[in-house]
Amino acid sequence: MSADTNPAENTELLANPPVDGSELIRFDKVTKRFGDNTVLDRLDFSVDSGKHVTLIGPSGSGKTTILRLLMTLTEPDEGTIRVGGDYLTHEERNGKLVRAGEKHVREVRKNIGMVFQQFNLFPNMKVLRNITEAPVTVLGLSKDEAEQRARDLLELVGLTEHIDKYPTQLSGGQQQRVAIARALAMRPQVLLLDEVTSALDPELVVGVLDVLRDIARTTDITMLCVTHEMSFARDISDQVLMFDSGRVIESGPPEKIFSEPEQERTREFLSAVL
Amino acid sequence: MSWDWNVVDDFMPRFWDGVLVTLQALAIGTLIAFALGLVWALAQRSAQAWVRWPVVAVTEFIRNTPLLVQLFFLFYVVPNFGPSMSPLTTGIVGLGLHYSTYTAEVYRAGIDGVPAGQWEAATALSLSKGRTWRAVILPQAIRRVVPPLGNYVVAMLKDSPMIATIGAFDMLGEAQAFSNETFTTEALTVVGVAFIVIAYPASLLIRALERRLVR
Repeated sequence: MSADTNPAENTELLANPPVDGSELIRFDKVTKRFGDNTVLDRLDFSVDSGKHVTLIGPSGSGKTTILRLLMTLTEPDEGTIRVGGDYLTHEERNGKLVRAGEKHVREVRKNIGMVFQQFNLFPNMKVLRNITEAPVTVLGLSKDEAEQRARDLLELVGLTEHIDKYPTQLSGGQQQRVAIARALAMRPQVLLLDEVTSALDPELVVGVLDVLRDIARTTDITMLCVTHEMSFARDISDQVLMFDSGRVIESGPPEKIFSEPEQERTREFLSAVL
Repeated sequence: MSWDWNVVDDFMPRFWDGVLVTLQALAIGTLIAFALGLVWALAQRSAQAWVRWPVVAVTEFIRNTPLLVQLFFLFYVVPNFGPSMSPLTTGIVGLGLHYSTYTAEVYRAGIDGVPAGQWEAATALSLSKGRTWRAVILPQAIRRVVPPLGNYVVAMLKDSPMIATIGAFDMLGEAQAFSNETFTTEALTVVGVAFIVIAYPASLLIRALERRLVR
């Protein structure tokens, strides 16, 4: 129940992704339209394993769409996405690239976890089962293994005493920390964070960000983060991507992007939000 | 006209026969309506058009034609080219089938009412389709649909006398026959009270369930 967790333990507790710095995610000329609105326009970018990448930019610039594409909640109109060398929405058959079947998608998707703006915990399940449901039914863990994993993760997010509560009995900040634990219980290589503090009351934001800072510092999990919390982005990021109109207009380490951005558009955006 | 308890006494044996028929029709009819309605609701969401369209057509047809016509059809027409069933069985099937098209709409609304975020969270955790339905969507949908489903049970009780038209004498059917034979009215009053005695506690139960479930 102690708040300060041992980094070495965390590394063991969480995913064990390859930390060779190799390329883990690659978008190739990805286009996504909603009606007449082109949200992503032939987007290319890649993320190396173990890196923490923050996507910033004005709303409507396609940041959240990138996370949703990776989570297969929506499909690209053109282009391909690869995760760990495997195509996410396509598969190779007889040397040709075709739309992936459900089974293939599920297999690749297991490496990816996501935390949502609105938490999206299952209200009909207690905290414990929210976390163990997928490890048991998807990964095939025994109930005991899954519950042990859940307990360890709840300790990490500081909610051990709430294990037998229903989500509605928790504050927004607590629910979001459970959602983080639930995503981590699948030991994903990639964790997607979609404006995870935007729906929280200001005084609850700190607790959630502290947990994420902790995870970012003590694990090798790859993070893709959409946020409006610029100080958080500066803290945890190895790389910041500035989006505008569905394209990356500038990228670099946070010190550079936040202190001396090259693009006028980035300067405008930062002066508006900082 | 005065009230005669002797008439009531004479009616009692047939009254209990009728109550038994009413309760059977209600209980089994409800089970059919609840189960079949869920099947319709899920089939209407099928990705396969050849599953979806026939179900939509059949349920719309049943919902928009009178129960009485359906009972006659099941009892007089279906045996010509299908199974022939007893009046009571026919009545129960008719009631269950008719009301299943209403419960299907209730389930559909309940399922649609589960937020999109729940489906997305299930996808993000790679839960299988079956697991998503059983563990996430249906438990939340059922919670929303219990109150409206309960209302249909009461409505079905009130429609149950229609099965007397094909010879399954429920309590009202028995009362009407008895009254015609004896030129009395007490039996009808007794049955009227019996409907309240069955329906009112049912309504209270539904309301209690509603309070428990909608927290």
